Amino acid sequence: MLNYIGHRLLQLIPLLIAISIIIFVIIQLPPGNYLTTYIQQLELSGTAVNQSEVLNLQHQYGLDQPVYVQYFIWMKNILFHWDFGNSFQWQEPVTKVIGDRIGLTMLIAIFSLIFTWVIAIPIGIYSAVRQYSIFDYIFTFIGYIGLAVPNFLIALVIVFYVFDHTGLAISGLFAPEYVGQPWSWGKIVSMLERIWVPVVIVGTAGTAGLIRTTRAMLLDELGKQYVITARAKGVAEKKLLFKYPIRLAINPLVSTIGWTLPALISGSAIVEIVLNLPTTGPVLLNALMNQDMYLAGSFLLILSVLTVIGTLISDILLAWIDPRIRFGGMEE
Amino acid sequence: MISDEQTILEVKDLKIHFKLHEGLLKAVDGVDLSLRKKETLGIVGESGSGKSVTTQSILRIIPQTAHLEGEIILRSEETGKNINLATLPMNGKEIRKIRGGEISMIFQEPMKAFSPVHTIGNQMMETVLLHRTKDKNEAKEIVLQSLREVGMSNPEQRFDEYPHQLSGGMRQRAMIAMALASNPAILIADEPTTALDVTLQAQVLELMNNLKEKTGTSIIFITHDLGVIAEMSDNVAVMYLGQVMEYTDVDTLFHGAKHPYTLALLKSMPSVGAAENKRLEAIEGNVPTPINLPKGCRFFSRCKLAQDGVCNVQDIPLVKIEDGHYVRCVLVDEKNRGGR
Amino acid sequence: MSTGIETNNQPPVTPKSVKKQKEGYEVASQWKLTWWNFKKNKMALVAAVLFIVLIIMAIFCSFWSPHLPNERFKTYKDAPPANVHFSDENGISRPFVYDLQLKVNKETFRRTYVEDKSKKYYLHFFVKGGSYKLLGIIPTKTHFIGLEDSTKPFFIMGTDDLGRDLFTRILYGSRISLSFAFVGIFFTFIFGIILGGISGYFGGVADTIIQRLIDLLLSLPTIPLWMALAAALPSSWSTSQTYFGMVLILSVIGWTGLARVVRGQMLALREEDFTMAARLAGASNSRIIFKHLLPSMTSYMIVNLTITIPTMILGETSLSFLGLGLQAPAISWGVLLEDAQHLESIAFHPWLLWPVAFVIVTVLIFNFLGDGLRDAADPYKS
Repeated sequence: MLNYIGHRLLQLIPLLIAISIIIFVIIQLPPGNYLTTYIQQLELSGTAVNQSEVLNLQHQYGLDQPVYVQYFIWMKNILFHWDFGNSFQWQEPVTKVIGDRIGLTMLIAIFSLIFTWVIAIPIGIYSAVRQYSIFDYIFTFIGYIGLAVPNFLIALVIVFYVFDHTGLAISGLFAPEYVGQPWSWGKIVSMLERIWVPVVIVGTAGTAGLIRTTRAMLLDELGKQYVITARAKGVAEKKLLFKYPIRLAINPLVSTIGWTLPALISGSAIVEIVLNLPTTGPVLLNALMNQDMYLAGSFLLILSVLTVIGTLISDILLAWIDPRIRFGGMEE
Repeated sequence: MISDEQTILEVKDLKIHFKLHEGLLKAVDGVDLSLRKKETLGIVGESGSGKSVTTQSILRIIPQTAHLEGEIILRSEETGKNINLATLPMNGKEIRKIRGGEISMIFQEPMKAFSPVHTIGNQMMETVLLHRTKDKNEAKEIVLQSLREVGMSNPEQRFDEYPHQLSGGMRQRAMIAMALASNPAILIADEPTTALDVTLQAQVLELMNNLKEKTGTSIIFITHDLGVIAEMSDNVAVMYLGQVMEYTDVDTLFHGAKHPYTLALLKSMPSVGAAENKRLEAIEGNVPTPINLPKGCRFFSRCKLAQDGVCNVQDIPLVKIEDGHYVRCVLVDEKNRGGR
Repeated sequence: MSTGIETNNQPPVTPKSVKKQKEGYEVASQWKLTWWNFKKNKMALVAAVLFIVLIIMAIFCSFWSPHLPNERFKTYKDAPPANVHFSDENGISRPFVYDLQLKVNKETFRRTYVEDKSKKYYLHFFVKGGSYKLLGIIPTKTHFIGLEDSTKPFFIMGTDDLGRDLFTRILYGSRISLSFAFVGIFFTFIFGIILGGISGYFGGVADTIIQRLIDLLLSLPTIPLWMALAAALPSSWSTSQTYFGMVLILSVIGWTGLARVVRGQMLALREEDFTMAARLAGASNSRIIFKHLLPSMTSYMIVNLTITIPTMILGETSLSFLGLGLQAPAISWGVLLEDAQHLESIAFHPWLLWPVAFVIVTVLIFNFLGDGLRDAADPYKS
């Protein structure tokens, strides 16, 4: 098991390096660089440009040096000083702007994942065991709709619906009095009261997808020989169902966490913008619009790294529950 | 078919039909079988002949969509009473007691027949706990003993291993051990050696013969391989398209078979009785799907002796031609016919 | 179902008819079998019909729409969807609409429209309206439906804040949104086939590199990556440049699925006898790939592409919605939804959400179509 984890960790290193290079390239894509945008911004606002500060910044990020050197400086600052650069929009270090936001985005993603599993697995099992029953058809159809409707459109419609019926604008994650305040019990409660809206919206597509996968996986397992073996041993149907096919159908589902989590993080970006949440989405959009590239790049980098870690965790989980992978023997 | 006090299982006029889009699929259409104590009944036929469905219906593990007719009488050793398995409620308590208890089954592919994520021990304990004892320690002893009996080296270690950690032959031994751990009166073996290579086949067959001697279990042995039949069976039923074409003892099968299909099967073997394992290919064409079959002999479309207007007029009955020898063919010489 | 019955698709036959039936059976090509299977799936069949309707709607959008997309009705800004009446005070009548009159609430200063019952306009088919070029070539003024006087208010789905007919704009938007999906699929197809093909056919180092590249792309969060790349497109670009820029972004990120399918198929087919036969006959690699391998996996590719189309549509819609994609004056469903971004606008003008319905129905059509095709593509299965 440890061997397996070590092996997977080693595989990650080149992947992470490649990701960082790609994101650096994306940061470099727009014309100009951080400094020119910064100076332009200062000039627009009528502030005098401080030449020594400019030189200072230029040196700090190696902007006077070739691109590949800039990459190494960028990485060096991140890895050794936890310095992701500055955001000119916010006039603050990127780490400070990102702070809670990444955490909240992850929180929404993880809650959505839990929501997805809690809703989808029982429905998927039901649909498979009672295949072609009325509820199977209903769930299948709802699943289709859930998959087809993009998250942010659901968000739009829900925002409108709630406003139309209650006159309340659902946006943000906290009641007004907690915005900008340090964390407190009241703030957490206020967040939990509101977080379910994005969680449900972000989780819809995933739920629909997972119902379909669960159903398909379980149907696949139900017809397998080992189920017949167990039945031929005289095991009662319910016990048999949970001990064998469901247990086996869960394995491939666990491996789906690897791509569900990234999809949730990715999909939540636009929902967060529509709901105007204090999370990564809106800031990322703003940073991209204003070419605040260190900020945007850092978001991309961190989200990607989290994605990779999510995949890793799901792989480890899978190895933990599946002896075939744990013992490295997949002979048949 | 003769049934006496030695008979422990009798199948009478068994019909298993599936309703499909294309029509009614008659997987099994009027099969009679009888199994006596300590006897091995071989069922031979090509894939699609209905031999697996027949035996699976004995344990009632065919899909719920199947329509089942006929009688499956088990003379229970425990109670001494006759039970009609065909009328027991599906997946009910009574049939579950018989499954894996009085009748166990071993399957063709041991890799697929075991759950890959549970240990061998776990899966074997399940049977024993259901049918022999509630005590876990005792159950484990029985399982280990059973593993020892099938010649498994180091059973304590095997107990905690997963199916993929065993070799193919070992897996089939574990399968047999699992089936025998509950002391069944009848063992149904559905092509237990087909997925194994030749040397392993021989070993497993020998093992089964030895265990049969020792435990006195009756065996229903399904195969498409006449060589295996020769080695294992006392009586043989030759099945084709859901019907028994010929039923006789093993010697008569190889030296006095009457049905054109049996003869064709025998001819397709390189040398009768040798333990060589060749797919039977010499009969032209494939077994047709038993959907909307025309009247007459099932083997009509592939039979070399088929006579239009004779064989395809009406359904052919299974006729007794001498004691213990039954044939379903109108062309078999009238002289051979005794009463039914 | 392991009942031990292996159903081969051969009908039970008597010796005499063997030959005849066999021939009839073999004549059915794979396409035919696929079609037979596809027909059984009612949802997919409905989707196929709707798909054709959608295409006709998009191609002849200028004919179907009552107005021109950029025609501004200054007196009818933010007008609600028209209320088509089928009866008047004298009972059932031919369909008509009333004129709209602007009312301003004295307290809230909100502008609303009320029907002016004194002015009644009947609907007509094939009316003369604003002039356009059908299919970009044929100049005409005929519109499928509308009022005699095209300056009068007939807005099936209301108007936007500049007084433009939303229904007309949605129809025109379908042209860009759908064509975007198809062009996007075309590029995805090319990337996927080339890279997946190389990966599967040649194997070795090329395979390893491409597989790692796929891993890499899959581990990047798609939507933020789209956003970043779309934001990097120069703002000085023209509409069509942005259009192709976005197509490229979506296909550069989206080819991985198809590439995997192609690779898997290649690996399987590479081992088949007919490939070996072609190789022994001295056929070149490219000939084997294009003449033998690709045709035998067409069905898989079509299915995969159908399933990918929704991604393209949603990609365009979400990026344009965020203001990172296509920009006005281009008209696409995403661009139209940009107006619906703020709660204030949809709260008072909910009809601005109409493009949502079109997006959802379109995506559903392709999902059902894709599912039906996937189930049908493998006629020998089960």
